Order: sequence, then C-alpha cells, then structure tokens
Amino acid sequence: MRVLSWLYLALAYVFVFLPVAVLVAFSFQDGRLPVPPFKGVSFRWYEKVLGDGDLMAALGHSFLVAVVSSLIALVLGFLAAHALARVALPGSALMRGVLIAPMTVSYLIVALGLLNLFNLTGVRLSLWTAGIGHVVINLPLCFAILYAAMGDHQKNAERAARDLGAAEWQVLALVSAPMLAMPLAAAFFLSVTFSWDEFIIAFLLTRFDVTLPVEIWSMLKSGLSPATNAVGSLVFLVSVTLVILLEILVFRRAK
Amino acid sequence: MTLKAREHRLGWGLVAPALLWTGAFFALPFLAMLALSFARMEGRQIVPALDPGNYTRFLTDPTLFGALLNSLEITVLVTALSVVLAWPLAAIIAFRVPARWQRLALLLAVLPFWTSYVVRSYAWLLVLGQNGVVNRGLMAVGAIAEPLEISATRTATVIGFVHFFVMLLTLTIYANLIQLSPNYARAAADLGAGRWQTFRHVILPLTLPGVVTGAFLTFVLCIGDYITPQILGGNSELTVPQLIMLQLGRSGNFPLASALSVVLMAVVTLAYFACGRWLRLDRV
Repeated sequence: MRVLSWLYLALAYVFVFLPVAVLVAFSFQDGRLPVPPFKGVSFRWYEKVLGDGDLMAALGHSFLVAVVSSLIALVLGFLAAHALARVALPGSALMRGVLIAPMTVSYLIVALGLLNLFNLTGVRLSLWTAGIGHVVINLPLCFAILYAAMGDHQKNAERAARDLGAAEWQVLALVSAPMLAMPLAAAFFLSVTFSWDEFIIAFLLTRFDVTLPVEIWSMLKSGLSPATNAVGSLVFLVSVTLVILLEILVFRRAK
Repeated sequence: MTLKAREHRLGWGLVAPALLWTGAFFALPFLAMLALSFARMEGRQIVPALDPGNYTRFLTDPTLFGALLNSLEITVLVTALSVVLAWPLAAIIAFRVPARWQRLALLLAVLPFWTSYVVRSYAWLLVLGQNGVVNRGLMAVGAIAEPLEISATRTATVIGFVHFFVMLLTLTIYANLIQLSPNYARAAADLGAGRWQTFRHVILPLTLPGVVTGAFLTFVLCIGDYITPQILGGNSELTVPQLIMLQLGRSGNFPLASALSVVLMAVVTLAYFACGRWLRLDRV
C-alpha cells in the first residue's frame, strides 16, 4: 500500500510536469523545431522574443490590464463584502447570489455578452473594454474571499473606532482594511494571475492593442516554434513567481 | 434619521457599486444576448425579431446539435476521469506525506496549474504531436513503427483537459480531506469497520462537498473552453465554444452565436441544480 502510494505520487508528478518540462527544455532548442531530437542549448529564441516589439508591448498591456482590473475588483468586492457582512440588509442572500453568479458562467459567454453590448452602444474595443470583462470575472472571486474572511472580532474593533469618532471611510480605510491585509493580498494576487492568463475575453474585447495570451495565440497560428516555447516559459516564470510570493507573503504568515 | 436607517443607507451605498457593475456588465449583456438570440440574419444584417429559428435550427441541424453532444461527452468523461485520478492524489498528500512537507507537495502538484492556459495546450501539442516526445520516445524504444495519431483527436483534448482539472480537483479535495478529524476513521474502526468499509461509508461521503464543488467547476470550465479543443482537438470534431467562435468569425452571425451561448448556459444551470445540495461555491 505504502509503496503503491509513493509510486502513484511519482507518476502524478510526471504527468503534471511533463508538458511544462518539454516546453521549457525545447525553448533552448538550437534548431527550428521544438520537438526531438534535441540539438543543443541556445538562448537565441529568448533573444528573439525579448527583442520582439509586439510581444513586449503585449506584455505591458497584460500587466496594465491585470493590475488595474484587479484593483477595481478588489475595491468593489471589499466594499460589498463589508456591507453584506456588517449590515443586515433586506435581500442580502439574493445580493450575495447576484455577486457570485458570474463565477458559474463560462468566460466565453461573459465575453460574448459584453461584445454584444459594446457593439450595440458603439463603444470601441480597447484594452479598457477587456479590463471591464476582467473585473466582471474577478469581482465574484474577490467578494467571496473577503466575505468569508470578515469575522466578529473585526466588528468590535470597527465599533470601537466609530465610538471614538472615526468617520465611516476612516473605519474602512484605517481599521477594516488593515485587519484584512492577508485576504486582501490573496484576492488581489489571485485576480492578477487570472487576468494575466485570461484569453477569450481579451481576444474578443480588444482590437489593436492586445494582451499577451492573445499575442501568443497569433504566434501559434504560424505553427510550432521554439520562440513560442520561450515566451511560454517566461509567462510560466512570472505566474510561478506570483504564486510563490503569495505563498510566502500570505500563507506562511497566516500560520 | 434613526441609527438603523443610517446603517441601511450606508450598507446600500457600499454594496451599490459592485451590484451596478455586475448589473451593467453581466446581467444586462446577458439579457441583450437572450434578446439577440431571437433575432434574424438577413444577408449580413441583424434584424431584431422574435424568431425562435436559431433554436429550431440548433435542434434540427446535426452539426449544431452534434457539437453539444461532443461537448457533453468530453466534459462528462473529463470530469469523471479527473475526479478518479485526483482523489487518490489528494488523499496521498493529505495522509501519507509528512505534515511539514504537505504544503510543498501540494504546491508542486498544482504548480503547472498556473501556466498560461494557451501555453499549456500548446505544450501538450509538443508532447502528443506527430513528431512529439511521446511518439519519438515510443519509436526510439521500438514500441511502435509509425507515429500514433494522438493530436487532432478527442484523446488529445481529453488529456489536455484532465491534466488541468486533476490539479484543480486535487486542491478542492485536499482542502476537504485535511479538515476531517482522524476521529471519524478511529470511531469507524472501533465499531468494527474494515479499511474498505471506513473508506466507503465514512471518508468518501465526508469528502463529497469537495468532490462536487471541484466537479462542478470542472464541468463549467470544461464545457465552456475554446482553447483546449481548438489547439489539441483541431477541427476533427467541433465543441459548442468552437462553433460559437466560428459564427462570430466567419459569418458574423451574432444571433446564432447568442442562441448557442444561451443553450450552453442552460446546460450549466442544469448541472448547477443537479449538484446544488453539496455545492459550496462561497467557500472555495
């Protein structure tokens, strides 16, 4: 039983890491195709990718959209979670349901709905329209994380602040938010990672300036190339760095 | 104004921005999509109408209805395979790996979850393709003479999906398993249950919320995904998202694309009610 367990674990790791290992290994391919045989180590694909103006612009766009849309989702989610956790509003169960609802809908449908709306109202597609879509998908996530994190001992501190004469915005900014620093950071980092990776909304809702996943998609159309491996490896590196930061900053300290 | 009324006004003020955003950019577009699904195409022109034609076309055109069947078959297969593969993985990490290594073991097991999903499908193409690692490897050891046709088939799509969702389900099931007190298993053993009975009647039912939550997320994300079937399955068979994208691109047939989206959403809603009892979305 014990041996079988370890064997299963080992096989699972192989399965999980196989595509990533192949991706990274062949990003160093000294040849034109990222498939066996491996012809030697070369950094030229990384040079090519880092010198590619379109790709670097897309990288900047992705970063901008991810940070701005996550900040908006975080603020909206925080205010709503605070209201629904603290004030007994009529219909609060329904409102929670409405705020969580986008989580249960495919990104493609969110994107198509917004595309219809923007077409109808004559709004031109840009990074901003994609950012609006990213707020829609990340708001439920931020709301759910923060709502779950609001406990009673924070309630008492907030009441104390109010008794001492703090205005409501001061309570929110100086008392509630700092006490929720960890869940706020977790919600923000998760949103950034999802937005950074998101393809279909960005694909349908941007036009001239595009984000990185969309740029990578257009690279794929010209077939297999070690350059795509190089970009993919770099994107993976960024995501992994974010996840490890999250692990160290949020979960380690939470213990 | 009473204290309660002031509190209420404040509460509404705080929840309003999020509700307005969700209303304007999620609910409203969805209603517009619903309305558009009953519109007609005349040439390349969209004519507002109350025409159920897109839905009858969906039900009668074998390509359109077939796409839904493909999507459902793939999604059900992927969900089942992912649960069966992820449960033991989560259990091994929760019960066999020493406590201080568990977080690391889990983090490692789901690390590729964070690769860009376009890139992840592309990476599987490198593994499964005609000249890919699997084919070259098998040919090198003489197991096969001709490369296997894996990419551009349903098998490739399923492998790509299962890879992703095993990681997702491992997370949700693990989260559920470590919350279980060891006393349940001890109590079952004291009452004379064997290991299999303990597993079947005690541990497995207690992990149902984690399994169902993960399975539902798998279902939703899998049935709505365009990238994986497009990159790995090629055009050998179409899924609903691929069909929707085709309508948008080639013919600009937004009404039909909207109708297909409504169908997709109806299927997901049915799945939601099917899992409703055990679903804990607000506690992911």
